[in-house]
Amino acid sequence: MPTFVYMTRCDGCGYCVDICPSDIMHIDETTRRAYNIEPNMCWECYSCVKACPHHAIDVRGYADFAPLGHSVRVDRDEERGTIAWKIKFRDGREKNFLSPITTKPWGKHIPQLADVPAPDQSMRDSQLLFNEPKYIRMDEGDLHTLEAAGLKLKEGVYY
Amino acid sequence: MQAYVVLMVILVAAGTILDMMHKRSAKYFFENAKKAEKNATRSVSGGEKFSLAMQTIGKEVITSGEFKNPTRRASHLFTMWGFIVFVVSSAVLIFGYAAEPAAGVWPLLWHLGALSLAFGGYWFWFFIRVDVNSEGRRWYQLVRADLFIVSLLAMSTFAILWSLTQGAGALGWVFFALFLAATTTLFATVYWSKFAHMFFKPAAAYQKRLTRADGSAENLPTLTRDDPEQQQRHSMELLRDAPMEMGKGIQREAPNHY
Repeated sequence: MPTFVYMTRCDGCGYCVDICPSDIMHIDETTRRAYNIEPNMCWECYSCVKACPHHAIDVRGYADFAPLGHSVRVDRDEERGTIAWKIKFRDGREKNFLSPITTKPWGKHIPQLADVPAPDQSMRDSQLLFNEPKYIRMDEGDLHTLEAAGLKLKEGVYY
Repeated sequence: MQAYVVLMVILVAAGTILDMMHKRSAKYFFENAKKAEKNATRSVSGGEKFSLAMQTIGKEVITSGEFKNPTRRASHLFTMWGFIVFVVSSAVLIFGYAAEPAAGVWPLLWHLGALSLAFGGYWFWFFIRVDVNSEGRRWYQLVRADLFIVSLLAMSTFAILWSLTQGAGALGWVFFALFLAATTTLFATVYWSKFAHMFFKPAAAYQKRLTRADGSAENLPTLTRDDPEQQQRHSMELLRDAPMEMGKGIQREAPNHY
């Protein structure tokens, strides 16, 4: 089921238009507010829901449980680096989650991917895929930098 | 002119009521308020409600504090206060000083209001409009949503031109006629334009504050990292040593990557 916009909340800032991977969030020509132009093509990826600074966008629940009063709402607080989910079940129970989005300030630690060493010949000749456990070094039980893993990602990836 | 002002007030009231009936916005608003009340975790006293109303007037209404984009907020403030000063000083001049040559500070306020309205409006028109900024539409492509801003701009522009050409014969009268036409368009098209937002936006802002105060919070998550208890959660382990202000995220850049 697709996203929809609470018109009284939306101030037409354009962040949902900017971020939608399907390019289906657009600005209405009558009210200059955002709306979903193609609901049946919406993936419910939640990008626009999280990007909206006014929480003006929501996602309809699936038809089998939406009438029973569920709700799933999200608050992405970038200034605190957290994302919070509140899930309300049909029987009224609630679950709240709070997780980090990032552990470093935004935009301060942009990897200089162009300077990272390219994969060596043995990696190129290997049958293993680029993101196999061996190459992301999961077997060593820790997170690693791209440099340490000797990997090269597409330029312009931010985290 | 006095009859004209009264007619414009009636047109605005009628347009707003018709708009409310057509969109059923009042019905939606009260239904939503009832729904929020059901989910409330605490009751809000009358005094607290009054305080929330004052906060809404102080932040969202007077200083357009709901805008997350500072540029847009500044433009809105110029436009909104310019419009208010312009309309109030017009009414005072028409009703209070119709037959008097000296009108004190009011003509100056009338001009300042018109200039502020034009400045904020043109800034919005050329640089800030979301369909231009986020969707790559050309500034001269008109849509129905432009009815409000175009009539506002026409009103302030022709008012200034009329003021400059007073005593210049026919040209002054041409600008006066255009000024009246723009003003009539602005106040007579409330039903089709965005004019009514100045009435429902403060109500929506107040409702938003109320839901935060009563704990219903529009069903949104209320957990934040500011709460020391939440900082001790297992899921927050990686943020223990992180700064509380992580920066602006996607809002570092304007949403114009079309």
